Amino acid sequence: MSTLLAPKLALARAAGALSRLRGGGATSAPGKLLLKLEPGAIGALSSRLEHGSVLISATNGKTTTAAMVASILEGRGVELVHNQAGANMAGGIASTLLAAARSRARIAGELGLFEVDELWLAPVAASLRGLRAVLLSNLFRDQLDRYGELETIADSWVSALSEGPALAAALVLNADDPLVADLGRDREGDSQESREDEHREVLYFGIDDDTLALPGMAHAADAKHCRRCGAPYVFEAVYLGHLGHYHCPSCGQQRPSPAVRASAVRLDGVRGARFRLSVPTGEAEVKLSLPGLYNVYNALAAAALALALEVELEDIVAGLQGATAAFGRAETVTVDGRETQILLVKNPAGANEILRTLALEPGEHDLLGVLNDNIADGRDVSWIWDADYELLAGRVRSVTCTGTRAPELALRLKYAGIDPSRITVIDDLPRALAAAAANRPEGARKPLYVLPTYTAMLALRALLVQRGEAGSSWL
Amino acid sequence: MAVNQAGAHTLRVCALYPDLMNIYADRGNLLVLQRRCQWRGIGFELAGSGLGEQLDASAHDLLYIGGGQDRDQRLCAEDLLQTKRAALHEAAARKAVILGVCGGYQLLGNTYTLDQQEIEGVGLLDVDTVRDPGQRLIGNIAIEVTLEDGAERRVLAGFENHGGRTRVGLQAQTLGRVLAGHGNDGRSSQEGARQGTTIGTYLHGPLLPKNAWFADWLIAAALNIDRSDLSPLDDRLESEAHASARRAAGV
Repeated sequence: MSTLLAPKLALARAAGALSRLRGGGATSAPGKLLLKLEPGAIGALSSRLEHGSVLISATNGKTTTAAMVASILEGRGVELVHNQAGANMAGGIASTLLAAARSRARIAGELGLFEVDELWLAPVAASLRGLRAVLLSNLFRDQLDRYGELETIADSWVSALSEGPALAAALVLNADDPLVADLGRDREGDSQESREDEHREVLYFGIDDDTLALPGMAHAADAKHCRRCGAPYVFEAVYLGHLGHYHCPSCGQQRPSPAVRASAVRLDGVRGARFRLSVPTGEAEVKLSLPGLYNVYNALAAAALALALEVELEDIVAGLQGATAAFGRAETVTVDGRETQILLVKNPAGANEILRTLALEPGEHDLLGVLNDNIADGRDVSWIWDADYELLAGRVRSVTCTGTRAPELALRLKYAGIDPSRITVIDDLPRALAAAAANRPEGARKPLYVLPTYTAMLALRALLVQRGEAGSSWL
Repeated sequence: MAVNQAGAHTLRVCALYPDLMNIYADRGNLLVLQRRCQWRGIGFELAGSGLGEQLDASAHDLLYIGGGQDRDQRLCAEDLLQTKRAALHEAAARKAVILGVCGGYQLLGNTYTLDQQEIEGVGLLDVDTVRDPGQRLIGNIAIEVTLEDGAERRVLAGFENHGGRTRVGLQAQTLGRVLAGHGNDGRSSQEGARQGTTIGTYLHGPLLPKNAWFADWLIAAALNIDRSDLSPLDDRLESEAHASARRAAGV
């Protein structure tokens, strides 16, 4: 295999170098070419990884969760092959493997750590060799023009997990998301007859903290009906979107009891969060430098995956506490001397968590909102009307709107109850950033919060790197 | 329409299946109606009617039904026939405005055919929809509409995402002519339908934020007052948002 593979690797690599020289930032280009030349490349290259691979998928939190897992594993000296720049379709994963491939069928790394796009879970899981664990965290409505309905994604996950290499992998699932938790039951349900040879490990994680429960479900909540019988779930507690404690009053399905739990959660505004982590072997306090309940979920997910890889609790805690913001996710930079925090916002559930976290910070905020409608953002910007920007009413000192659909974001904020005289639309991103950074309260050292969609975040980071105000994360 | 003692108007809105038929941020439409009434001193009441709940035909001036996931849409189709059809026809007969968006548009028609199975609709719009196994019709869209005979032509801009192909029958009129995008079937250049005060469109989710003029038209029609009786608002951001949605559609 390797003798046939080597020239293809070289060719794809050269094409990638050429594309970078021409200024292309696309990290998936060489991988896409490689897969054209050798459709089995992901399998061939991943088989070189001594400790196999793990996959992470979710609507929200893939990149941050993978960064936390990386922090845990690298702390133990595990060498990773990791698509950390977030190129998470087959081409991006092939590119990452290609970059690590060495001559004589070697590879620079022991374990593959791959976040994967929700729609690419099935094909990627089928092509990897030595797949050890699959972590699935949540499913929220996101880019319906591209992903379709949640039920469709959940169905594709069911089939992804019930065939090929995924059958031998441990499953790490969020007990608090009914759609995701149900994936573990599918296996338990039919394992007795058809899979007598399999006894697959299913590890659940979830939050147990009544003080966090929201008064009701968010407007844009999904998965309100039992996947088994279609009856509406009854929620005893809702923590985030449709994540929480639930049961089906009709068929009796209920939230699985999680082995990896967070309790006594304390949220410290945009600065961090603390919680008690309980695993079957013990308990520990965890202090995250990443904010918000959504990052507590990311940390729990990372802890559960590390546990499935037999990492000790002590190492898990150290890794989580050492984890810093991934690329554009609560990353802090300096713009024209002003502290600026970038908070990626790309769908209603994610936006709501960012808005909730911002609302924990006292006082009025200066914001820069960047709404793009490029393909990777979703062409349909309807979702901003599902996000609870009302949380910012009375809390905005100034907001600058930019991006390809800036006026529609401005209008959303007006209808959310933000005084229109505090809303400015500036189409050009560099000018909008400069104006937003300069618009600061006298004497106070208040940060600027930037809320970009995905391609807006990439454009913003490119701008900051160019200005020397952020490090380059490109490999 | 309800008129209180001071003679002021109150717009009474009912959202049908607000927790199921809301997939494309349909609440944006309700929020726009609410705010534009409030800013003018017009009262606003919002009610919801879910699965199994009876509908009082005389209690609402404007009824709204949005889009949902396939499974939810089937549940609602059954419930509409069982518990709400008569009340909806009664409401339409007394000229309440009924707006169906995306899946809601399909359910207001005669039939919806999916995998050879014909689902009966409410029959307020003389349209029939067939789910096409081919590509969904997705993208930015702009249509030109004339809502009253002799009235000026206006543009509605929005986003569509539907697998259904809808044919408009003789009893209904099309809502508008496609300037850019797919519309009812991707071929006929027709979009939406209207029959009396019932309107259906594939311009999904937050259609009214992108077209504040249409929100005002609906408010006036539902209150049975002249549009010139609505006090003007500072619509600078609304105009910019409308222009932005039109630009996205290339119009």
